[in-house]
Amino acid sequence: MTPDFAGNLKNALEKALSGLSTLEKLNRLSGGASQETWAFDAIVNGERLPLILRRSPGGAPRVIGEGSAAVALATEALAIEAARKTGVKAPRVHYVLKPEDGVGEGYVMQRMVGETIARKILRDAEFDAVRTDLARQCGEVLARIHQVDVASLKDHLPVVDGAAQLRQYRDRYDSYDYPHPMFELAFKWLEPRLAASRQRTLVHGDFRHGNILISPEGVEAALDWELVHIGDPLEDIGWICTNSWRFGQRDKVVGGFGDLKDLLAGYEAAGGAKLAIDDVRTWIVYGSLKWGVMCMGMYQGFRMDGSVERAAIGRRSSETEIDLVNLIIRGEI
Amino acid sequence: MMDQPSMLELVAAVRAFIEERAMPELKGHTAFHARVAANALGIVVRELEQGPKAQGEEIQRLTALLGRDGTLDELNRELCRRIRSGDITLETPGLADHLERTTRDKVAIDQPKYSGLK
Repeated sequence: MTPDFAGNLKNALEKALSGLSTLEKLNRLSGGASQETWAFDAIVNGERLPLILRRSPGGAPRVIGEGSAAVALATEALAIEAARKTGVKAPRVHYVLKPEDGVGEGYVMQRMVGETIARKILRDAEFDAVRTDLARQCGEVLARIHQVDVASLKDHLPVVDGAAQLRQYRDRYDSYDYPHPMFELAFKWLEPRLAASRQRTLVHGDFRHGNILISPEGVEAALDWELVHIGDPLEDIGWICTNSWRFGQRDKVVGGFGDLKDLLAGYEAAGGAKLAIDDVRTWIVYGSLKWGVMCMGMYQGFRMDGSVERAAIGRRSSETEIDLVNLIIRGEI
Repeated sequence: MMDQPSMLELVAAVRAFIEERAMPELKGHTAFHARVAANALGIVVRELEQGPKAQGEEIQRLTALLGRDGTLDELNRELCRRIRSGDITLETPGLADHLERTTRDKVAIDQPKYSGLK
């Protein structure tokens, strides 16, 4: 079935894609009530252009999760384009929707080819050859993101530094009112360390499996920029190294596919700063604590909708507690 | 005294029914959620089997650490308060050991195959 906005979308895209004749195969990929992702092809001068539409219908502000730090879709598009200018691999944004287009808030971007599912990237034979190089390539992508000139983005993006991040999750944890002594210890451990965080760069905010597009040739793009902000670049490094994203391959610190030393080498080779392992560990601790508090939030969601999936994720907060034991008490990574 | 079957046997029977009979008949999202439901019953089975011993030991350690009696909930809340205030730290004898043992016991119930447990 053709969605009601298809005609308006075509009219809007005629401004950006000269020679556009038709839109084909428009179909919904995912999304909740406030955020939709659609795939479609634009036929431009007889050529088929694969595209993605990200939109919130009626321009309604999106709700991604409780206390979410998501930016507006138009801001997300702005950050992606700024990053692409610095050489970051990301989908090209073709058009940012305007209110008068009548399609809602959002943007149209290039649809790229690759895989985002961790299980396939970590196990399928077609990724065997490239897998050992992925950590280095992720380091390169992150180094470029962190070198984006934020001057043009300053007025649009929130500044969320280490101390602010911790406060945000402390408040969330407190609001759930359920005792987790290991989380308390992690908050206490992180407080002075994150208060010392001084760097301010563009931060992707959610660079992990699911949001990294990978092909048998390597890392193709950083996707899903909705949590983009200005903050400490180590946040991105710590997040991709958090054990929750290693999918059982704990010895492969980076996303379950690579070594930290390779990520750091790629980071430096692409112009990134030389990073200390202890600082990376601090932000892995933050990543585990953050995911642990998010799991507690899943239980709150379960109490609203009774979802067995949310209930099960609620019980995964203990996984992050053992990760915190390994990091803080045992000094492992 | 309740009659047979035991709680453990009932839960195990429901889990086996989901995995062996229901799941092969299901598709897509519903099949995925049936897998999640069966795994959740796995948590219940392990908690029934391992929970009493683990919680008994947890309450003993907390009593020694805090120097007072109370329910598991009361003692855990007090431990949280005292970690937050800085009264109890990693240097406090028994804290690191308590946190590690308690967490290992929890994960052994929730997700015994989790990589962090190895």
